[in-house]
Amino acid sequence: MTDFFDKLYSPIVLEHFANPKNMGAMRNPSGVATVGNPVCGDIMKFYIKVETKEDGEYLKDVKFQTLGCGAAIASSSMMTQLVKGKSLKEAKKITRKAIVDALGGLPPAKIHCSVLADQGLKKAIKNYKSRNH
Amino acid sequence: MKSIYLDNAATTPLDVQVFSTMKPYFQKEYGNASEFHILGRDARLAIEQAREKICHFLGGKSQEIFFTSCATEAINLAHKGLIEALRRNFKEKPHVITTAIEHKAVLESLDHLEREGAVEITVLPVDKWGRITLKSLKDSILPNTVLVSVMYVNNEVGTIEPIASIGRFIRMTNKGRKRRIYFHTDATQAIQYLNTKVNYLGVDLLSLTGHKIYAPKGIGVLYVREGTPLVRQMDGGSQESGMRSGTENTPSIVALGKAVDLVSICRVSESSRVKQLRDKLISELLKIPEVSLTGHPKVRAPHIASFVVKNVEGEAVVLLLSASRIFISSGSACTSSSLTASHVLTAMGFPEELSHGSVRFSLGRYTKEKDINFVVAKFTKVVQRLRKMSPE
Repeated sequence: MTDFFDKLYSPIVLEHFANPKNMGAMRNPSGVATVGNPVCGDIMKFYIKVETKEDGEYLKDVKFQTLGCGAAIASSSMMTQLVKGKSLKEAKKITRKAIVDALGGLPPAKIHCSVLADQGLKKAIKNYKSRNH
Repeated sequence: MKSIYLDNAATTPLDVQVFSTMKPYFQKEYGNASEFHILGRDARLAIEQAREKICHFLGGKSQEIFFTSCATEAINLAHKGLIEALRRNFKEKPHVITTAIEHKAVLESLDHLEREGAVEITVLPVDKWGRITLKSLKDSILPNTVLVSVMYVNNEVGTIEPIASIGRFIRMTNKGRKRRIYFHTDATQAIQYLNTKVNYLGVDLLSLTGHKIYAPKGIGVLYVREGTPLVRQMDGGSQESGMRSGTENTPSIVALGKAVDLVSICRVSESSRVKQLRDKLISELLKIPEVSLTGHPKVRAPHIASFVVKNVEGEAVVLLLSASRIFISSGSACTSSSLTASHVLTAMGFPEELSHGSVRFSLGRYTKEKDINFVVAKFTKVVQRLRKMSPE
């Protein structure tokens, strides 16, 4: 099956592409970040809303807007789902591999899409930190 | 859910009549055409009848028609076979001229020859509509030029290249030359709708495939004008007059014969019917903001409508339409294994960020007007949806 999905999208990728989670803009986000560029073809924008609890900072909400292929949209959607509700500390540990695994694999040519989603989150957290510290 | 198939430039379904014509050659008339018994003789007869049909269709002689497994094989045979034959008594390196928008089969087979040190290549540029100019071709001719290879219709944008004018020019040029220039065209996207008579076009080599004209996949033809030197690239049992070894694919050859018959019968009426639907699709889709046509607005094959859509990625469009069982194609980098922008759009001067939003609709024999209306409505929604998803 792994070879099979070398060129095809897994059912999970197709599902997240068809029904993306946490898609859209966010009002008054605590942090935002845009990654990618028009030449590479994928542009992802992430918004995070951070809530401070007694034991630390949590991602109360995460949203995305993505211009890109099926893998780019699915990676964005999956990433937001994976980190939503997590503490910033936990969320920062997210790797591109975790995103790819959760998607049931990505064709090798599309791995960069997951990298972009991973970078996007870290950049959004950085943006939040720079606003608040 | 009903399917609407608008990817006929990629492949076509098998025509019902073509299928019933080829069927007996799988289980009843299964003989090897090289054998002398009745089964073999019947297969041989069927193959030669099909060859006559193709020959009638292209206007050549039957001994100039060679069956291959596909257009790609025909192209490889044309290029590599010609160069191998010419190099035998050629001191300098042969020079080949082609265009920047050819199918990969042409570009890669020439690239192979260049890497082997067998040829030097000039790649002609195209204008913003994908047309080459006769002037740039004239300026590129060298004393050692032996082959000009230009596609008849571009598969991504549908632009028609001036093959007959090039053919006339090469014929004139050859009169005053010591070394003859041979002219190859890949007519894969043209056979169904345009004039493909080899003498009208003035070509020495012409490649085509069956699966774009409702014959099955796995059958192609190379037309080779008598007197064109060619060394076979497939050695073995010397089938196809020694030009292409391998047991003949009788069912598919018979199918191709039937398929070209059907094309001949309805070429004129089908061309105008398909063109009318295509023009309707174009005018409707151009109403969507920031959608533009790619390829020549007038000089284009009847079945291809291609666009670039700003702020949308082509693969995403293909996937969303596919979920509604509408099948189209995209030249977006994300749909290519190399992740590079379409070489055709790049050659036409499109910036990469626009090429990402390329989509191609290719109509066919079974396309109806109500399909076009449905596709226009769905496509408009899909573009709106994807634009809403993307950041400003």
